[in-house]
Amino acid sequence: MDWLHRHRGTIPYLLLLPGLAWLALFFLVPTYYLANTSLQTGSLDVGYAFTWAWENYSDAISTYHEQFARSLEYAAIATVLALLVSYPLAYFIAFRGGRWKSLLLLLIIAPFFVTYLIRTLAWQTILSDSGFVVNTLQTIGLLGEGERLLATSTAVVAGITYNFLPFMALPLYVSLEQIDPRLIEAAEDLYASKARAFLRVTLPLSLPGVFAGTLLTFIPAAGDFINAELLGTPRQSMIGNVIQSKFLVLTDYGQAAALSFVLMAAILVLIAIYTRVLGTERMGV
Amino acid sequence: MAFVRRHVLTAYALLAFTYLLLPIAVVIAFSFNDPLGRFNYTWEGFTLRHWQDPFGPPGLKQAIMASVQIAVLASIVATILGTLIALALVRYGFRGRGATNLLIFLPMTTPEIVMGASLLALFLNLGVATGFWTIFIAHVMFCISFVVVTVKARLVGFDRHLEEAAMDLGANPYATFGRVTLPLIAPGIAAGGLLAFALSIDDFVITLFNAGPTITFPLYVWGAARVGVPPQVNVIGTMIFLLAAGLMIVNVLTQIRRSKGAT
Repeated sequence: MDWLHRHRGTIPYLLLLPGLAWLALFFLVPTYYLANTSLQTGSLDVGYAFTWAWENYSDAISTYHEQFARSLEYAAIATVLALLVSYPLAYFIAFRGGRWKSLLLLLIIAPFFVTYLIRTLAWQTILSDSGFVVNTLQTIGLLGEGERLLATSTAVVAGITYNFLPFMALPLYVSLEQIDPRLIEAAEDLYASKARAFLRVTLPLSLPGVFAGTLLTFIPAAGDFINAELLGTPRQSMIGNVIQSKFLVLTDYGQAAALSFVLMAAILVLIAIYTRVLGTERMGV
Repeated sequence: MAFVRRHVLTAYALLAFTYLLLPIAVVIAFSFNDPLGRFNYTWEGFTLRHWQDPFGPPGLKQAIMASVQIAVLASIVATILGTLIALALVRYGFRGRGATNLLIFLPMTTPEIVMGASLLALFLNLGVATGFWTIFIAHVMFCISFVVVTVKARLVGFDRHLEEAAMDLGANPYATFGRVTLPLIAPGIAAGGLLAFALSIDDFVITLFNAGPTITFPLYVWGAARVGVPPQVNVIGTMIFLLAAGLMIVNVLTQIRRSKGAT
């Protein structure tokens, strides 16, 4: 105890040490090894060696630029769709939920209580060729005879949207719930129409939620490969599918690591641009 | 007009909730299906057979055991490490706070596939064989940040006068921590631990990269997806869903009752 008194300044470091050491060893150090691996060449038979193999990057990009573009495209579409579905839903819970708010929120995160893979497999069942969704769409003529939903890009985007929707809805709800309803009343007392009050008061105040939600949805969506694997075909394959198979099936570690790095860099650049654009937009409001 | 608007929004919310819950209904319904072949896609008839024999398919029981063991171990370790970090961040001023926050924040925003690939690169380069313990290491790693955030939220609203009172009444720092601080922040720690458990037992991507020959429940489902998923997977999925949903509903209902009692 005396020791503790004399060394009060070291207590926070002692508390931090084990946890931060774990994160340093198994989060930061692995990033170095990923970078190192991305410049290695070799194969499982002859072994792998560090050779400054920058061609891993150029080869990876020239061979797989299509999958890269598709990943970013699918993730962007899914993020916008998730925003369109969740905004009214979060608005409903925040302003109309009353004392059932927490139970309604529970319904939003309910999909998380079913294992990721199992809920994606459920979409396989729902969208399957003999399922009721395809049957209904064919009856009302939105889908031609013999056309299908499963194994199309529609199915993959729908799956991604569904799986990451709660990441969008929860931050939206938090920012909408914090808005003082009296601000909206004040706007209406000052003769703003409902629509105008929404556009000039509610929407700007909810932008932090939109911002957090888009990032939380887009980042995991861009790296996803499960939806493309279970709901699509190789024609819908995303960069995650390539990284996964190169690492775990083809043992082409160099290119797999290079692809992981490019994915990470692409996401960081997009986030930086997005933060810029939304940041100035908010100042203009 | 207001009447119409009100109901348009309600109808929209109902539709959105249907969309969110439809796959869950499908998972539950197909746990009672009696499929003709290996593929459990179309409704063929009602049966209780799979519920009577949930661990029937070979390897399923071992996979669930592995998942539970890893989740228990990883959530305990992550909860301890994360709680210590949260205590340091809320209770003490120290140099390097910004760097600490960044190191906590980064794992939550890195795509899982990149974290899984990086860890595998580490293990490959160091010649560590992947398996049960590498999964454990990975799960502790990505759970710590979520525990820190959860416990911190509870610590911020903590009344430090209670600790001072205990000290004034002659309690030493250890007794104060054990008898006052810990019981008060216990709900936050429990919430962090449960979140870590849930994240660990559901993790697929990072696990796939670092599993070696070990098969967890999500990896079992992944393997089965290519050759036809046995309906027992739906049974287990339903059980996990009911357990998690039950816990959450009890939690929410006690909160609602408590807030009603307070007013």
